[in-house]
Amino acid sequence: MSETVLHSPLEAIHIALGARLIPFGGWSMPVQYTSILTEHAAVREKAGVFDISHMGQVFVTGENSIAYLNRLLTNNLETLSPGQGQYTLMLNGNGGIIDDLIAYRISETETLLVINASMIPEDVAWMEKHLMPGVAVRNESDAWAGLAIQGPDATQIFHKLFPADTLPPRNGIAYLGTGEIVCRTGYTGEDGYEFFCPAGQGGAFFEKFIAAGATPCGLGARDTLRLEMGYPLNGNDLSPQRSPIEAGLGFFVDLGKPDFIGRDVLLSQKENGPSHKLAGIRLTEKGPPPRPHYPVLDPAGEVLGELSSGVLSPTLNLGIGMAYLPAEHAKIGTPLLIDIRSRHFKAVTVKKPFLKKSK
Amino acid sequence: MSASDIPADLLFNTSHEWLRLDGETATVGISDHAQAELTDVVFVELPALGKTVDSGDPTAVVESVKAASDIYAPGSGEVVEVTPAVEADPSLVNTDPYGAGWIFKLKISKPDQVSSLLSPAAYGEMIG
Repeated sequence: MSETVLHSPLEAIHIALGARLIPFGGWSMPVQYTSILTEHAAVREKAGVFDISHMGQVFVTGENSIAYLNRLLTNNLETLSPGQGQYTLMLNGNGGIIDDLIAYRISETETLLVINASMIPEDVAWMEKHLMPGVAVRNESDAWAGLAIQGPDATQIFHKLFPADTLPPRNGIAYLGTGEIVCRTGYTGEDGYEFFCPAGQGGAFFEKFIAAGATPCGLGARDTLRLEMGYPLNGNDLSPQRSPIEAGLGFFVDLGKPDFIGRDVLLSQKENGPSHKLAGIRLTEKGPPPRPHYPVLDPAGEVLGELSSGVLSPTLNLGIGMAYLPAEHAKIGTPLLIDIRSRHFKAVTVKKPFLKKSK
Repeated sequence: MSASDIPADLLFNTSHEWLRLDGETATVGISDHAQAELTDVVFVELPALGKTVDSGDPTAVVESVKAASDIYAPGSGEVVEVTPAVEADPSLVNTDPYGAGWIFKLKISKPDQVSSLLSPAAYGEMIG
């Protein structure tokens, strides 16, 4: 990673709001404004607005763009109509995960990829390396500011700000009359939108969303919210050494497609069963918050792996986390121990999401 | 909270713990400044009763959502009491750091050490 720290176009507003900035994926971004617990609750109960300007926007166009992306990504874009999006993965030749992303079909010949901040240069280089005739890849990451408005009140807030516009359905994408992009996706488990506008307008929109009732939220709440839903974070829970089958993301892999990068390895893992699986883990006794890299042991004290993510769930008020474990220990209901500062706390593998939402 | 709002009977060390001496017994907690920096205390790991510590030893752990921080003994002695209130409701460390948010009590073995701790005014100056 380069030494240069990148700054959000909204940084001055974050500082004015009293945010604490931390390095994340090569960017300086707000981790919290007032309190992670308050911001977390705002998203679960009302609405929060997050600056996601660090995330990348790559537009892929051309007559062969869908065939190209279907070779590059695990999910199947042919199943989408224009206006629809899907979660998908970009793999290396060994079936390992380069990045997880959402691909939105804007039209028959144009797709928007929203990718992780830390992976923008690597993703774009990989895409250019595999370029086909009749396809153009345009990295517009610097041109766009991104805001995620998440929570049960998010739709009401959008109607307030854009009364004349029709909002997209779940997983959909739409252009507003004034040219901004609205996607009905998120990383919190709540209804909500990811909104992209020209970088220079991001601050003004951020303030408008706050004025309309959204609480400014930082990366701290973003992490607790996504982990309660069992959503993986690339770099923690996903890596080039782990496949989507091991990560439990097989639903987003279409092995029926004739070819895509990494398919052979995934096919074999699917047939033989992966040696390791990303397990959801919950503490079954009161204990300190589980955190990344804490060792995970079997009840006899044998080390099986380490937590890739972990937190004290603010909604459930208990320790939750994820870890790659040998497949036989990843089965739901398997007793485990978490080593926290050399003390062992009882835990069990559970089905994700940790937070069951009533819809 | 400015230095003038810090209770006058507290003494501080430079790692942001406070101590209140009552005879031989010292009550220990973390400063208002420290709790504001940590935010959202969600767990406190308490020392075992009877444990003997030297001034500067990591003695308890205060955990916020994002990080675990060691709490260092501001004096030497034996742990004679730990807080049941904070164990039940860790957010007391945030809401009442100099009162109900105390963490443990020490029977002080080296009273001379205590004189080297910072007064509220000196601590207030240190944190600016």
